[in-house]
Amino acid sequence: MIKLDAKIPEGPIAEKWTNYKATQKLVNPANKRKLEIIVVGTGLAGAAAAASFSELGFRVKIFGIHDSPRRAHSIAAQGGINATKNYPNDGDSDYRLFYDTVKGGDYRAREANVYRLAEVSNNIIDQCVAQGVPFAREYSGYLANRSFGGALVSRTFYARGQTGQQLLLGAYGALSKEIHSGKVTMFTREEMLDLVIVDGRARGIITRHLITGEIRRHAAHAVVLATGGYGNVFFLSTNAMNSNGSAVWRAYKRGALFANPCFVQIHPTCIPVHGDYQSKLTLMSESLRNDGRIWVPKKKEDAQKIQRGELKPTEIPEEDRDYYLERRYPAFGNLVPRDVASRAAKERCDAGYGVGNTGLAVYLDFADAIKRLGRDAIEARYGNLFQMYEKIVDDNPYETPMMIYPAIHYTMGGLWVDYELQTNIPGLFAAGEANFSDHGANRLGASALMQGLSDGYFVLPYTIQSYLADQITVPDFKTDLPEFDEAEKRVNDELKKLIGIKGSQTVDHFHKKLGHIMWDHVGMARRKEGLEEAIKMIKELREEFWKDVKIPGDLSGKNTELEKAWRCADFLELGELMARDALMRNESCGGHFREEYQTEEGEALRDDKNFTFVANWEFKGVDKEPELHKEPLKYEFIEVKTRNYKE
Amino acid sequence: MDLTLKIWRQKDSKSKGGFKTYHVKDISPDASFLEMLDILNEELIHKGEMPVNFDNDCREGICGACSLYVNGRPHGPDSAITICQVHMRKFKDGSTVTIEPWRSRAFPVISDLMVDRSAFDRIIQAGGYISVSTGGVPDANEIPINKMKADEAMDAAACIGCGACVATCKNASAMLFVSAKVSQLALLPQGQIEAKRRVQKMVKQMDYEGFGNCTNTGACEAECPKEIKLTNIARMNREFIGAKLGAQKMKL
Ligand SMILES: Cc1cc2nc3c(=O)[nH]c(=O)nc-3n(C[C@H](O)[C@H](O)[C@H](O)COP(=O)(O)OP(=O)(O)OC[C@H]3O[C@@H](n4cnc5c(N)ncnc54)[C@H](O)[C@@H]3O)c2cc1C
Ligand code: FES
Repeated sequence: MIKLDAKIPEGPIAEKWTNYKATQKLVNPANKRKLEIIVVGTGLAGAAAAASFSELGFRVKIFGIHDSPRRAHSIAAQGGINATKNYPNDGDSDYRLFYDTVKGGDYRAREANVYRLAEVSNNIIDQCVAQGVPFAREYSGYLANRSFGGALVSRTFYARGQTGQQLLLGAYGALSKEIHSGKVTMFTREEMLDLVIVDGRARGIITRHLITGEIRRHAAHAVVLATGGYGNVFFLSTNAMNSNGSAVWRAYKRGALFANPCFVQIHPTCIPVHGDYQSKLTLMSESLRNDGRIWVPKKKEDAQKIQRGELKPTEIPEEDRDYYLERRYPAFGNLVPRDVASRAAKERCDAGYGVGNTGLAVYLDFADAIKRLGRDAIEARYGNLFQMYEKIVDDNPYETPMMIYPAIHYTMGGLWVDYELQTNIPGLFAAGEANFSDHGANRLGASALMQGLSDGYFVLPYTIQSYLADQITVPDFKTDLPEFDEAEKRVNDELKKLIGIKGSQTVDHFHKKLGHIMWDHVGMARRKEGLEEAIKMIKELREEFWKDVKIPGDLSGKNTELEKAWRCADFLELGELMARDALMRNESCGGHFREEYQTEEGEALRDDKNFTFVANWEFKGVDKEPELHKEPLKYEFIEVKTRNYKE
Repeated sequence: MDLTLKIWRQKDSKSKGGFKTYHVKDISPDASFLEMLDILNEELIHKGEMPVNFDNDCREGICGACSLYVNGRPHGPDSAITICQVHMRKFKDGSTVTIEPWRSRAFPVISDLMVDRSAFDRIIQAGGYISVSTGGVPDANEIPINKMKADEAMDAAACIGCGACVATCKNASAMLFVSAKVSQLALLPQGQIEAKRRVQKMVKQMDYEGFGNCTNTGACEAECPKEIKLTNIARMNREFIGAKLGAQKMKL
C-alpha cells in the first residue's frame, strides 16, 4: 500500500521553509565525500543541482543525451524568469507571487511548495548576476523588468529573448567549474533507460551510450531525475526534438507515482502549423504580448477573404477588428494566462474567424506599439524574435501582423514529489519540469526557469541531505548486484525486441499518429467520449507499433531510429495515462478543459468539492488499469476563488 | 522542389567516409533544411538503409547542436542563421546540394555529419566561468553595470557553441569561441576579478586541444550564426598580453 506524505513542515506559510532548514538533518563535510549522487539531466534543474551538490562536497555523476550539457532544452527558453525583487516598486512580494502562481494554476498546486518557490526566487537572480548572466539593464545600470501573463506587476527578469540560454550557460559554467575540480563526472550522450532499485531504494541507473551503443550500469546513494517535460507525446510541440518522457516513465514503471499527467500547457503564441512534414513548432515568446495586440476580423467575410488570400490584415479598418482578449478580459487584456488566451484563440478560429490559409491562426499586431514607441524600441525589445519569425514564415512582422496559434509547450504533470522533492521511492528525487510540484493545472510564464533553478540551486541541496544523512554508513554500491543484472537484462530484452520487429512503418509514422490522437482528443478541449476513444486508439496504435515498426541497423553504434523508437514506445503508454487522467478529472481547471464543464461564457468550471487533489497514478502493468492515489490539497493561506481576469 | 544531395557518409570515427548521392522530390519550399533531411531519412529507412546521422535538437537556432557544412559554408547559404532555421526557399529547384560535417582536427567525425565538439566543453571547464558557489552572493542590484557594457557582454554571451567559426577557419582556430566567453566575463565587474587567470587557462586549453592560430582572416565573424564580433578576439588578445605582462604569476 502506498502512503502519501507530502511532508509539509508546520507553521505559518512564510516560516515553513525557514523552519525546515533550521531543523533538518545535515551531512557533515567528511561524510559528504563518501556519498555519491546521480543526476540525470543537464538542464537548469540538473546542472544547478549537480554543481551545488559538488560544491557542498558530494560526489556527482551527471548524465545527458546531448553532446554537451549546454544543449539541454532549457537553452531554448526565451522570455524571462520571475522573482519578487519588487525593484520597480509596483507592489510585488513573496505573497503576491505565491498568490499569482496558485491562482494561475487554478488552485491545483501545493501551497507550501509554491510559497518556497516565491521565497527563493530572489536568491536565483542574485546568484545568476554573480555568475555573470547578462540580464537586461536600464540606463541607470540597474536591472530591467517586464511583465508576463497572469500578473499585475513587472517581475520578470530577462536577457534579450534568450533568457533560458543565459541562465543555462550560467549553470553550465558552475557545472563546468565542478567538472574541472574533479568532483563531478559528466557523461554526455548517455541515455538513462532504466532505474535500479535495491531494497526499495533508488540506487542506480542503466544507460545506453548513444554513440557506441554500449549498455552501462551506474550506482549511487541517490538518484535525481531532471529530465524535463513530456510535451513531445503530441509529436508537434515547442519542445526540442530529443525532449522525451522516458526517464520519468521508466521510474513510473518501477513504482514512482505519476502526478497529474493530463495537465499540459498549450502556449497561445506559436507559429502555426504549415505542412505535414513539419517536425516541430516554434514559440514566439509570451513577452510579445506586452506590446502586441491579438485580434481577428470582426466579420466572417473578412476572415474568409483573408483565408483565400484576397485581403491583407493591414487593409482591415480598426473598427472591423476584434481584439477579443481585450474585449473579454478588460483587466488583463492581452496578458491573460496562457490557458485562457489559448482557448480564446481556439474559440474564435472554431467559430470561423481564424486567419491564414488554414483559418487556424490569429494576429499578433505590433502596429500600435511601433506607432507609440518607434520601430527602434520594438526592435531592441524583440529584434531576435522578429528575425526568427521572418526567417521561418517569410513575412516581415514590422509591417504586417504576426500570425500565431496555440501549441503544446509545457507539462505541469510529472513525477509526484513531496516537499523535499523526493518521489515515493526513497532515494529517488525529481526536479524541474520532470516533477509535478509547483504549477498546478497551469503554469504562469517565466516560472519554469524559476522553478528549475530553485529546485537545483536552493531546494535539493538542502532536502537531499535529509535523506543522505541516513546513508553515511552505506558504502559505495557495486553494480554487480542481482538488481543491476535484472535491470540490464530487462533493457537488453526490450532493445532486442524493438530491433527485431523489422516491420514496415517508421517510428515517426507512429509518433505522428499518436500526436494527432493526442491533439484531437487530449489537447485544448477534451470530452468524455473523445477521451474514451483516445484510450482505445492509443492501445491499438501501440499494438501496431510493436508489430510493425521498422528500425534499421542493429544495437551497436549510433542508431538514431532506435533511440526514437525507445522514446516513442514510452509515449505510446504515457499518452494513454494522460487520457485516463483527463477522463477521471470531471471538471475543467487550468490547461485541462473538459467541454462538459464550462460556464455559460465558456470559462473553465472547476469542481473544488470533488477534485481539489493531486491525482497520482500507480503503474500496474502495461495493459492494466493504473491505480489512483489522491493527495488532497488544502488551502490554508489562500482563499480559493473562481479565477477572474476580467476585472 | 527536386534536389540532388551529395552527403558525407561515414559509419563511425574509425571508418573511412565518402560522398553518396541521393535525390529528393516534391520538397515544399516552406520546409526547413532539416525537415528536408527528415524526408530523405524516412525514404532511406523504407528502403532498409541507415538514415543520415546529424546533430540537432532545438531547431530554433539556439542550442548549437546542428552543424552542417552546406555548399561550402557552415550553416548554409544564408547569413546570421543556423542551418536548422534555413528554409528550402533559399535553394534553387533542381540544384545539387553538398552536405558535409564540420572539418577540423579538434572536431573528429563521429558518424556521418556528427562531430565531437567536446573540446569546447573542456575549454570552458578550464576557466570559462566566474568561480562563485551557490549562495552567499550580494543583492543583484548591488553593483550597477553600465547598460552599454551589459549589452556588449550580452552580444558576446549570445554564442551558441556550434563551432561554425572553427569549421570555416582555414587554420581551424577557436579564437572567436574562446574570446566570446572571455569578453563576456571581462566586460562585467563580477568577472574582472579572475579575468587574467581565466584567459590564460582557457587559451592554454585551446592550444592543447589542437585548434590552429588566428591569422585575422575574419571568416569566423562572417559565418557566425549569432554575429559574434571580431572585436572580441582583439579584447582577448589584450587581456592575454595584459595577463602575461602583469605581475600576477600563477601556476596553470
Ligand atoms: C521554446 C520554449 C521557451 C520557453 N520559455 C520559457 C520562459 O521564457 N520562461 C520560463 O520560465 N520557462 C520557459 N520555458 C520552459 C522551460 O524552458 C523548461 O520548462 C525548463 O527549461 C525545463 O528545464 P529542466 O531542467 O527541467 O529540463 P531540460 O532543460 O529539458 O533538460 C532535460 C535534460 O535531461 C536530459 N535527459 C532527458 N532524458 C534523458 C535520459 N533518458 N537520460 C539522460 N538524460 C536525459 C537532457 O539531455 C537534458 O539535459 C520554455 C520552454 C520552451 C519549449
Ligand atoms: S538545432 Fe539547435 S541550433 Fe540548430
